[in-house]
Amino acid sequence: MSVRTLEIDGKAVTGVAGQSIFSVAWDNGIHIPRLCHVGGVSDVGACRLCMVEVEGQRKLVAACMTPVEEGMVIRTNTEQLLAHRRLIVELLFAERNHICAVCVVNGACELQDLAASLGIDHVRLRYRFPTLSVDTSHERFGLDHNRCVLCSRCIRVCDEVEGAHTWDFSGRGVNSLLISDLGEAWGESESCTSCGKCVQVCPTGALFAKGKMVSEMRKDRRFLKYIVTAREKHEWVR
Amino acid sequence: MPVVTKPDVPAVKDNRERFLERAMSRHHYSGDALIEVLHTAQELYGFLTPALLKTIARKLRLPPSRVLGVATFYHFFSLEPKGEHSMIVCTGTACYVAGAQGLMRVLEHRCAKAGSTSPDGKMSVQAARCIGSCGLAPAVIYDGKILPRLTPDQLNAELDRIGVK
Repeated sequence: MSVRTLEIDGKAVTGVAGQSIFSVAWDNGIHIPRLCHVGGVSDVGACRLCMVEVEGQRKLVAACMTPVEEGMVIRTNTEQLLAHRRLIVELLFAERNHICAVCVVNGACELQDLAASLGIDHVRLRYRFPTLSVDTSHERFGLDHNRCVLCSRCIRVCDEVEGAHTWDFSGRGVNSLLISDLGEAWGESESCTSCGKCVQVCPTGALFAKGKMVSEMRKDRRFLKYIVTAREKHEWVR
Repeated sequence: MPVVTKPDVPAVKDNRERFLERAMSRHHYSGDALIEVLHTAQELYGFLTPALLKTIARKLRLPPSRVLGVATFYHFFSLEPKGEHSMIVCTGTACYVAGAQGLMRVLEHRCAKAGSTSPDGKMSVQAARCIGSCGLAPAVIYDGKILPRLTPDQLNAELDRIGVK
């Protein structure tokens, strides 16, 4: 296990070869914003919120997808990066129908928190207002496409941790849509085990538990670390 | 017990299932061959039905959601039956300037939107970026044959001739 020393936001830090910039920063108390990363499953670099500047590189890199290297000098909070992040979050808001006032996770939503921390009080882009459906066919959970940010956390947790691969994306680009099995209603999915992992990792209120009113739902992701540690290290620690 | 009459069975034997099976076995039923297998299925059946996708998913040992995901990602694959005839409107720059939008409006009005088939199954409408015949702009490809320098009136006449209501 070889060690890499580098600098993040002026702080000298060390990481292990192969570790991502994101996880080294996180270990050292530097919290880079993210929506698609969730500890315990693989990274895809879908949300682009964790983009950072690396000295000597012309392009910005996604911190969750870039392994640390010896002598890297990284900045995570420049004016330019903040402007990019603001724009990305605004694009997410404009893309679908995010109405916090009627959302189950209002007050505990990662998208909402992100917007608040970036100081977004209005969206400069025109909203698309797409017509999207809500699937409440499942006995215990619901899926509201209006609130989905296409981070693919649910797809990865279902595939890698639960092993069912019930979810996937259909279509492409702006027409991407989360589907279960062959596009049938969630409640009729043969592969779904109703474990609820996808619901807990969803950063917004797109996947929710039924029977919750506005602002009532709180998501708990600690189970993921517990399961992954148990599986990989055979240690059952809470 | 009610008498169930069998639908008319075509005299020609349907070999498509066998061909599809052969395509999958050629790739050793590997999940990596999904796109090739979907290609073969689309060529054999003309479009992909949920039953077909289900069979492919099972045989290639893939999750059904991934199979549908791939089938909907690529425009080449169609989940709906193709119409009896097809019209591809070129919407490249030259055709656009020469009035492709007007042709598209006619087709949208009388047949279907780009990328879909008319309700009576008569006509499939598609839009292409550039067909490389800018000298013939605006151009439409009707069943593989090019209709050059088309006006909305000519297109209407052509649709009348084909028998589109």
